[in-house]
Amino acid sequence: MRKPLTLRVLSALDSKSWLALGIFLALALILVPVLNLAVPEDSAFHMSAYAITLIGKIMCYALVAVAMDLIWGYGGILSLGHGLFFALGGYAFGMYLMRQAGSDAGALPAFMIFLDWKALPWFWLGSDSFVWVILLVVVVPALVAFVFGYFAFRSRIKGVYFSIITQALTYAAMLLFFRNETGFGGNNGFTDFRLVLEHSITSPQTRLVLFGLTAIMLAATLVFSRWLVTSKFGRVLTAIRDSESRMMFIGYNPLWYKLFIWVVSAVLCGIAGALYVPQVGIINPSEMSPANSIEIAIWVAVGGRATLIGPVIGAFVVNLAKSWFTVSFPEYWLFFLGLLFIVVTLMLPQGLVGLWKKLMLKKGAAA
Amino acid sequence: MRRLIIPLVLCLWASLSQATPDAALVRQLAAEDSSDKVAAIRQLAQAADPDAARILKAMADDSLYLAGDKAVILEGDTAFDAASGAPIATPANPEAVTVNNRIRGELANALAALSLFDADRAVRLASAQKLQNNVGADMAPLLARALEKEADADIKALLVLAHAQASLGSADPAVRLAAVNALAETSSPTVKSMLQPLTDKTAESDEKVRFAAVAAIKAIDGRLALAENLGRVFSGLSLGSILLLAALGLAITYGVMGVINMAHGELLMVGAYSAYGMQSLFRAYLPDYVDWYLPAAIPVAFFTAALVGVVMERTVIRWLYGRTLETLLATWGLSLVLIQGARVLFGAQNVEVANPGWMSGGIELLPNLMLPWNRIIIVGFALFVLLLVWVLMNKTRLGMFVRAVTQNRAMAGCVGVPTARIDTMAFALGAGIAGLGGVALSQISNVGPDMGQGYIVDSFMVVVVGGVGQLAGAVWAALGLGIFSKLLEGWAGAVIAKITILVCIIIFIQKRPQGIFALKGRFVE
Repeated sequence: MRKPLTLRVLSALDSKSWLALGIFLALALILVPVLNLAVPEDSAFHMSAYAITLIGKIMCYALVAVAMDLIWGYGGILSLGHGLFFALGGYAFGMYLMRQAGSDAGALPAFMIFLDWKALPWFWLGSDSFVWVILLVVVVPALVAFVFGYFAFRSRIKGVYFSIITQALTYAAMLLFFRNETGFGGNNGFTDFRLVLEHSITSPQTRLVLFGLTAIMLAATLVFSRWLVTSKFGRVLTAIRDSESRMMFIGYNPLWYKLFIWVVSAVLCGIAGALYVPQVGIINPSEMSPANSIEIAIWVAVGGRATLIGPVIGAFVVNLAKSWFTVSFPEYWLFFLGLLFIVVTLMLPQGLVGLWKKLMLKKGAAA
Repeated sequence: MRRLIIPLVLCLWASLSQATPDAALVRQLAAEDSSDKVAAIRQLAQAADPDAARILKAMADDSLYLAGDKAVILEGDTAFDAASGAPIATPANPEAVTVNNRIRGELANALAALSLFDADRAVRLASAQKLQNNVGADMAPLLARALEKEADADIKALLVLAHAQASLGSADPAVRLAAVNALAETSSPTVKSMLQPLTDKTAESDEKVRFAAVAAIKAIDGRLALAENLGRVFSGLSLGSILLLAALGLAITYGVMGVINMAHGELLMVGAYSAYGMQSLFRAYLPDYVDWYLPAAIPVAFFTAALVGVVMERTVIRWLYGRTLETLLATWGLSLVLIQGARVLFGAQNVEVANPGWMSGGIELLPNLMLPWNRIIIVGFALFVLLLVWVLMNKTRLGMFVRAVTQNRAMAGCVGVPTARIDTMAFALGAGIAGLGGVALSQISNVGPDMGQGYIVDSFMVVVVGGVGQLAGAVWAALGLGIFSKLLEGWAGAVIAKITILVCIIIFIQKRPQGIFALKGRFVE
């Protein structure tokens, strides 16, 4: 007899992981707001708005990294176009914020007024409704991923072929979004947001709520992913990663397995984008540049593929390093990033998590 | 007949030029009314003699004055009678003749028409070129005369046009019809706009002329479109040549090792900066031969890029065999390091690489279709490199080994091919060809640290479409993609073109996953 779903989800993580997750949520939902609001600003323990925005942003990236890990670490498919799904979610939610920022209900966003447009393009109809936009955030990346993935996986495009084609896809989308007449704000994208659900987007409370939501979303994604990859589906997926033709001979059709994980990954990216935009305050086509999408892969590689905590660690390490480098030594950042790509692939194929495991193993053997 | 006419015209011409202009006509130049002035200018221009030229020139220079009832020319302190050109006493209260913009345009045309009879070919050519726009109907007889007298073919062609334009305003429908038919032979947008009013019923009463005008516009449009499309095909050809140079190297390394080198575009950049470096060296040490920096840059670029390639292969890529996706990431890292390295060495701004003198200009194939030399040379250069690679791959021992490793690495190793060394050689060769592509690219586009970024996707598409390890496939795919994308660009804009091509390639892979030219044989995965 199968256990009920809730129990299966509960048993996806061991008690130590649940404890870690609980501590993480307690930190994000209780300690951070207290440090930000209750502790006076001149105190050493005060948490600045900058720090909250930075960590919130990196949590969004971590979400993307987990999504990337699902498809790359467990599915063996390296996507170099995940920035596209991130941006699609971001743009959908950004449009809602643009509509909120308009002078009165139903008004066109400012960039359309500059372009002298009289009406919204059809795909933005209803974007002043929060519920509809949340639906868009999920459905649009899913749809794009499904159509693209169906054709790509059906003809068994894989390996570097698939990677390069996803890169071309996000590049083409970037060019499209750069155009003024396509209705995505051109070069500047969407910015100058003021309200979200009638609340000021810059107020500390809103910021903390967004921060908390991101933390909850990240934790939920980790639990969900853990459950997914330990389920029967996840095991078939891993088997397909390791030997696709053997699975086909046994009688599985890899298409639907790959397609499902690909769409899930895209949706998670879309949600991450939607959480990212109100915290950072801008979304523009450069989020879709191929370089950004490749960077996602390096977060996963640094942390460790096919482990779920690895991508989160990788996203934090690389992005904290980026914030530090771009302020202190801007001209060395690309050298560092480039060398990181090389060193991690050459020396740390299992990432930091793999390194940690190896050290533990050695310690255990010595003891 | 001709023999008779020319002396006759010359006689007439001589007799005309000896008569001094009519004093009354000259007086009319200083009339109150602008229309009177215009009429006088046109009539004077008809006379086509040096006196007329002198008077009109004075008028254009604002030195024509009215003193009493006589037009006079004042030059400094001396005064001349305008009609006869004889010096006279400076008059008491000369009144300047006002020359407004309309008159000024009329004067410029008249003077241009008069200089059609100059003895100097260059002067005649210049004035014929000036007379291509806004020629009034009154000029027709004058232009006809100039046409008759002209011997130079270039000037004659221009004059035929100008004459036809002037005759468009003629009162005689037959003359207008002839003019329209003459203009139908041209291919310039200005002539088209000139013919446009003649298609209108209110402006043109004669039906035959209207029909002829419509037909003429159609003919001109056709020729314009033809030239435009030919131009696009040609620029597609040159884009395809660049793509070919970029893709040849990629095809070799991908074929041999199954890895995509994401830093391949940066090898183009290395080649382009080599050209820049050679240009700087030549400017500093051999300024007399600076035009020859480009041939010198070719071997330098090849070996520099090949060296960078060997270093890349030896230090990074060979440790990642069998892990193609990781190779993708590691080579991307290499490309970031190379880009930032170029920024540190040469600055973030684009550097200037000049076309050598012998590459500027071009061949004018049609009146509005110019094929620039630099692009023609690039196409030729790509063909030359292609030939070299073909010889290398098909006629040498190294090429045989490379092909053997491409087809079956394990078996090639078994029969004694040193596969590791072949990998390095193939990688060096591919990198060197990319360097050559960079030299070519430096001649038609900007040279900057991130110039290579855009080429990796395009050249990979060429490899995908052409089929792995296939020279012929790469050639067809590169030229096809280049021409197709340029034609689409002219049609629908650059962005739509890019997206359409991407979609087409995805559909294409559905049908032929092995590319246009698939290797025959059995493959595992």
